[in-house]
Amino acid sequence: MPEADVRLDRVTKRFGDFTAVDDLSLTMERGEFFALLGPSGCGKTTTLRMIGGFEEVTAGTVYLGGADVTELPPFKRNVNTVFQNYALFPHLDVYENIAFGLRRRRVPEGEVRAQVKFMLKLVDLPGYEKRRPNQLSGGQQQRVALARALINSPQVLLLDEPLGALDLKLRKQMQVELKRIQSEIGITFIFVTHDQEEAMTMSDRIAVMREGRIEQLGRPEELYERPASSFVAGFLGVSNLLDGEVVGRHGELVDVQLGDGTLVRAPAAASNGDTHVRVGVRPEKLRVTSSHTEAPRSVEDTNALEGTVLDASYIGVSTQYIVQTADGHKLTVYAQNLETSGASEALADGQTVQLTWRPQHTFVIARTDRDVDATPQYEEGQVPS
Amino acid sequence: MAATAGTVSRASAPERPRPLMQRIGRAVLPAYTGLVVIYLFLPIVVMAVFGFNDIEGRFNFTWQGFTLDHWQNLFNRYPALNQSLLNSLTVGIISTLVATIFGTLIGLALTRYEFRGRTPLNLLIFLPIATPEIVLGASLLAMFVSAGIGRDLTTITIAHIMFNISFVVVTVRARIAGFDRALEEAAMDLGADEWTTFRKVTFPLIFPGILAAALLAFALSIDDFVITQFTAGQTVTFPLWVYGASRIGVPPQVNVMGTLIFFIALVGIVLWVVLQRREMTAVPTTVDH
Repeated sequence: MPEADVRLDRVTKRFGDFTAVDDLSLTMERGEFFALLGPSGCGKTTTLRMIGGFEEVTAGTVYLGGADVTELPPFKRNVNTVFQNYALFPHLDVYENIAFGLRRRRVPEGEVRAQVKFMLKLVDLPGYEKRRPNQLSGGQQQRVALARALINSPQVLLLDEPLGALDLKLRKQMQVELKRIQSEIGITFIFVTHDQEEAMTMSDRIAVMREGRIEQLGRPEELYERPASSFVAGFLGVSNLLDGEVVGRHGELVDVQLGDGTLVRAPAAASNGDTHVRVGVRPEKLRVTSSHTEAPRSVEDTNALEGTVLDASYIGVSTQYIVQTADGHKLTVYAQNLETSGASEALADGQTVQLTWRPQHTFVIARTDRDVDATPQYEEGQVPS
Repeated sequence: MAATAGTVSRASAPERPRPLMQRIGRAVLPAYTGLVVIYLFLPIVVMAVFGFNDIEGRFNFTWQGFTLDHWQNLFNRYPALNQSLLNSLTVGIISTLVATIFGTLIGLALTRYEFRGRTPLNLLIFLPIATPEIVLGASLLAMFVSAGIGRDLTTITIAHIMFNISFVVVTVRARIAGFDRALEEAAMDLGADEWTTFRKVTFPLIFPGILAAALLAFALSIDDFVITQFTAGQTVTFPLWVYGASRIGVPPQVNVMGTLIFFIALVGIVLWVVLQRREMTAVPTTVDH
């Protein structure tokens, strides 16, 4: 059992009538890269701010390395934060910004100089000591903010939408950079993001949050391959969901009858014994073939659905199809352009096709009234007020 | 041929004449600007020039010849004028200091904290600015008289602090309103307690606003006439002395003092701008690597 670094025990935060974080319990392990992922207003930033000490906790306890820090102000907690817009001190140069934490602890000048130098090297900005924050680009400011936090060798580093203000190319670059730095210094990183791809790329574990609660917690591939709810399925990537009833079981697999009577199979373990279910399959797991060329295979090892191509868009690495099934569901399919070499070879609109996929690639979600299709929202994940 | 004409002829196309209105605008704007500048500075030039006027008699209204006499004998002709200037400086410095401290604290409280009566206070703070000075002065006099307080330098100072606080609050509040609270959170995150955060982050960043407010307060105090007239009693400040002297002829020494005050202010402003420039310019920004 890895050591717990940060532990939230039944933490609640209310702003007036609004409950931002609702009875949340969560454990982050030492040295892990942990993401809080969710749409705007889901409570992820508030959760981070409670760990940092910037929000008072309405109820519950915050533990840092085993010690109760719920009542401690930020300057008495051994955590540091990289703020959303970096919050670099505009009246200080890069050197003094980075040295700020050491100065508070009255570290001798010689050691300050050595450590700032080391940090600037770590974040790949040597020679920038005398610059002012307003003379730096967004990416450079981001690195300075990182150095300023890390120089205090915190137990945990908190990152609030750290890459939100950067353009796409720089963001990709910083994702790799952050992972490198984290593995180099080996401390716990907890970061907040609304960008599912960013969370997937960087994190060891992700907590998907919704309305102040954790919707699902797990490794990126667990969340992607086995989402526990329609919300998670929709928030992490694109998914095709079909309502059905569990009608039988064959060893490791269950039979699910869809609305139009088609039988599909899914791993029994995923169904949790529910009967009213939704089955889901990711677009890249679907194989689309022209109905004439291939006869339907047996249901034993392949799930199959008939449909009509509504739209085919050639997008380079793949071709994206929208296929409508007999009972009106629209499914998204990403077909890798492995052998085809152009839009002309794609299946035409209106063509009847067959969709096939392996039962193991099917996931099953219990149908509940909380089912809402989630679409990732790309606004700033700010604290709701 | 016709199809390519549009693209080929582009380089050699004659420059289109500017519209008439634009040409008139180009001629009128500098002239207009020049006139406004003259309008603003002519009185100051006149004041400075007449400080060198070699006057016969008491009146300094017509040019009679050049002399440096008033500059050389600035402080040894009219002891009462010296005293009045000293009084004005005393009131100005004390009222500026006190009003800046209180006004800054009120400005911080009004922008930072939610408290009962904040909204009304935000509006009430404008009242001393909006109320006609003459009304303020008269009611201050009535207040001091009915309270049995003798009018002297102290009552002048109290009155000046009163109207200066409002101006300081309004100026400082504007500066604090644009202040990013995340900077204070960042300071605390890095181990600074509340007082250190104020000292190292908040104060340096709102200092330009505080300085601007203090300069404004001093400028308002040093030449205030109306309120001072009501609250001065037998005490004479610089504006009161000048007003009194105007009936029998204002000596050129007043022009010289005015010129000096103007130049001290000018030097202050130039220094300030130069300092600001130095903060802003340094190494040019490079692209990310």
